[in-house]
Amino acid sequence: MNTVTLTVKKVPELYLECEKVNPDAFAGKTADQIAKLPGYQGKEISTLGDYFTVTGDAGATAADTKIVINGDCTKMKYIGAKMTAGEVVVNSTTDMYTGSWMTGGKLLIKGDVHSFCGLAMKGGEFIIEGDAGNYLGAAYRGDWRGMSGGVLRIKGNAGSDVATFMTGGELIVEGDVDIHIGTHMEGGKIIVKGNANRRVGGQLVKGEIYVFGNINVMMPGFKPVNEVELDVDGTTAKFTEYVGDLGERHPKRKGETVYGKLFLKQ
Amino acid sequence: MSEYIIKNGHVFDPVQGIKGDKKDICVKDGKIIDKVGSGAKIIDASGKTVMAGALEIHAHVAGPKVNAGRWYRPEDKHFDSHKTAGITRIEGGKSIPTVFKTGYEYARMGFTFAMEAAMPPLYARHVHEEIHDTPIIDEAALPVFGNNWFILEYLKNQEIENTAAYIAWVMRQTKGYGVKVVNPGGTEAWAWGLNCLTIHDPVPYFEITPAEIIKGLMAANEYLGLPHSMHIHQNDLGNPGNYQTTIDTLKLAEGVKATNNFGRDQVMHSTHIQFHSYKGTNWGDFESGAKEVMDYVNKQKNLTIDTGNVTLDETTTMTADGPFEHHLHGLNHLKWFNVDVELETAAGVVPFIYDPNNAVFASQWAVGLEIALYAKDPMRCFITTDHPNAGPFTRYPRVYAWLMSEKYRNERLNSFKKADKVISATNLSGMDREITLYELAQMTRAGPAKALGLSKDYGGLKVGMNADIAIYNINPDKFPSDGAAIEKAFAQVAYLFKDGKICVEEGKIVDMGKKHTFWVDAKVKENKQVMHDVREKFLRYYSVNENNYSVPESYAPHQHIISVDATQA
Repeated sequence: MNTVTLTVKKVPELYLECEKVNPDAFAGKTADQIAKLPGYQGKEISTLGDYFTVTGDAGATAADTKIVINGDCTKMKYIGAKMTAGEVVVNSTTDMYTGSWMTGGKLLIKGDVHSFCGLAMKGGEFIIEGDAGNYLGAAYRGDWRGMSGGVLRIKGNAGSDVATFMTGGELIVEGDVDIHIGTHMEGGKIIVKGNANRRVGGQLVKGEIYVFGNINVMMPGFKPVNEVELDVDGTTAKFTEYVGDLGERHPKRKGETVYGKLFLKQ
Repeated sequence: MSEYIIKNGHVFDPVQGIKGDKKDICVKDGKIIDKVGSGAKIIDASGKTVMAGALEIHAHVAGPKVNAGRWYRPEDKHFDSHKTAGITRIEGGKSIPTVFKTGYEYARMGFTFAMEAAMPPLYARHVHEEIHDTPIIDEAALPVFGNNWFILEYLKNQEIENTAAYIAWVMRQTKGYGVKVVNPGGTEAWAWGLNCLTIHDPVPYFEITPAEIIKGLMAANEYLGLPHSMHIHQNDLGNPGNYQTTIDTLKLAEGVKATNNFGRDQVMHSTHIQFHSYKGTNWGDFESGAKEVMDYVNKQKNLTIDTGNVTLDETTTMTADGPFEHHLHGLNHLKWFNVDVELETAAGVVPFIYDPNNAVFASQWAVGLEIALYAKDPMRCFITTDHPNAGPFTRYPRVYAWLMSEKYRNERLNSFKKADKVISATNLSGMDREITLYELAQMTRAGPAKALGLSKDYGGLKVGMNADIAIYNINPDKFPSDGAAIEKAFAQVAYLFKDGKICVEEGKIVDMGKKHTFWVDAKVKENKQVMHDVREKFLRYYSVNENNYSVPESYAPHQHIISVDATQA
């Protein structure tokens, strides 16, 4: 695997849209060619070379390409967005749309991420070492197709509206989450190791939500049905099993209504 | 203004009966003329196809319902936010493009006119604001009448003269072009939680049937002698077994004669007839009814239709058929937008994905193509996608390619996941007709121009006509056998002349042209009854003042007014 290193040499005045900073865009290119890829700031088009020092050539394919980014990326959007393979490591905090629409590969952010990151993720592995803003792993504004595959793990806290319209994959928040988690969810698995605020699983159709800490206010559409002992992401514990959201439509399978499930650690 | 001579192109012009002969076309001052001077700019069209600018007869491209789609579907344009080089603005949106993209894309495909298919009279200002901001192409809008309280009350008493006077008043207030009818009576019935699924289902309270509304509006349209005929979206759209209602509706035109000075022969234009040509009793035993419907259309000469081809894309459905959109939302559970337009109409919007893996959607695709392939008279059958309902208008090149290449459409048909089911439910697999370039010119130029009453100046290349000309990179002597190549050629004109000016060159927009808004000013005898009713309804029911209803000229500053005198009718 070839490594391309980007070092921030100029912090953008507004925000730099780094739609070309991913292994797919870099694949088969030399450091010079990568520096000439476009970066957008509002309606102005610049090049990645205007903002980064690029060293190292990319591999022949995305899978053979690793990107390491050093320096302050707080004002960089879309890093790793739409990546299908390869690896990206960012030693900084990043802005919106980081890792959104990714379908494969590995993305590691060693700082925080802003809102709308990991949107509609389909595959691969996305790890955030810090905190995330709102709409982590959700659907894009207006869209009804949220995260459908892959693993998104965040070591810190996440904001509100996490995993809206999730249909598959696994999202693990090791810290706390704010309101509205798993809204409209129709599949997949969410694990919250800290506390959740209010409106957990609103309009949940299908899928599973695990909460290790407290839920500030439980939605009225959830009903406790069972107590189970489970191994969840390496922790074995006893959980209370709820079904819901009872106010939402639910599909039937073999004559049985399929509900969404919420497990609250006892 | 510059003079041009378009040399050595293969000209296809149904107006003059020219079928691909090499002919030079001269252009000066926005018109096609006989001869130009030696200083004229030469456009070398050798090895290319020359046609008049195409006319779109039915699309939802401007107004509140289109805009509702835009604002509630940001996901439709999310990845189109960057500006490209040149004079164009950012082009956003796929199924509900911005007004700018709408103008550019039509022009790139060789269109010079588009009809906004449903204008709620109350929101006509919004429609005209968007039309005004849509570059290059000429446009007009059809106000909707089929569920309007005035109309329902007048027609209940068979007052054709009052109906006509009211229509003329609305067209002047809203700068409208003709009489649009959407699910006649059904949208109003929905206010009572009902619908009209046949033409004999009564509308509650008003006690009138869709058949009476349709006949009355046809009569009023001919009373006024409007350039376009009554333009109908029929009852029971999109349901299995609806082909019978469709034929029942078409039969209402029997014996009705077109009365106008615009060369129009039809008295009813039945739009997106694909959605109305289904047999069967449910989606399980659903079958194509295209043959039955088209057999009737073919023999009944005072009808025109457009296809409403499903393009198998993700799109945004939108119609004044409020109950239908609610029904659709129940099927796909996607977000639903609805608005009631006071005394006039309603509208709904729901995103929709025509997934080719689904046998029903794939069959709808086949039905749409069958409609065009069964048409015996291409001057009465026009190609549309009912943009954006059956698919975005930007897919026209692909629809043309499916119609012009049996091989291309069979490749699509045979590669459906449920190909066997689609083949047995439809007739398409046995059809070997391939639409010719001349027929395409009839279906997209001369035909719609005639149906819209614009055949004097538009849809042809005769001397004296408007110089709206599309030149395609297609050599008819070496017509592409590959469907993708046909598609490519129709997606990007070599040149587009609009009013004698080059607006597009090799797919690149080079000039924003000079767009016009067409509307019809019909003069009728003074009608105190109707003016009294208007005043009364505004006082009693409307949320706006009568003075705030009309569309001032400032909303449509580049008007092209077509006058009709019905005072002697």
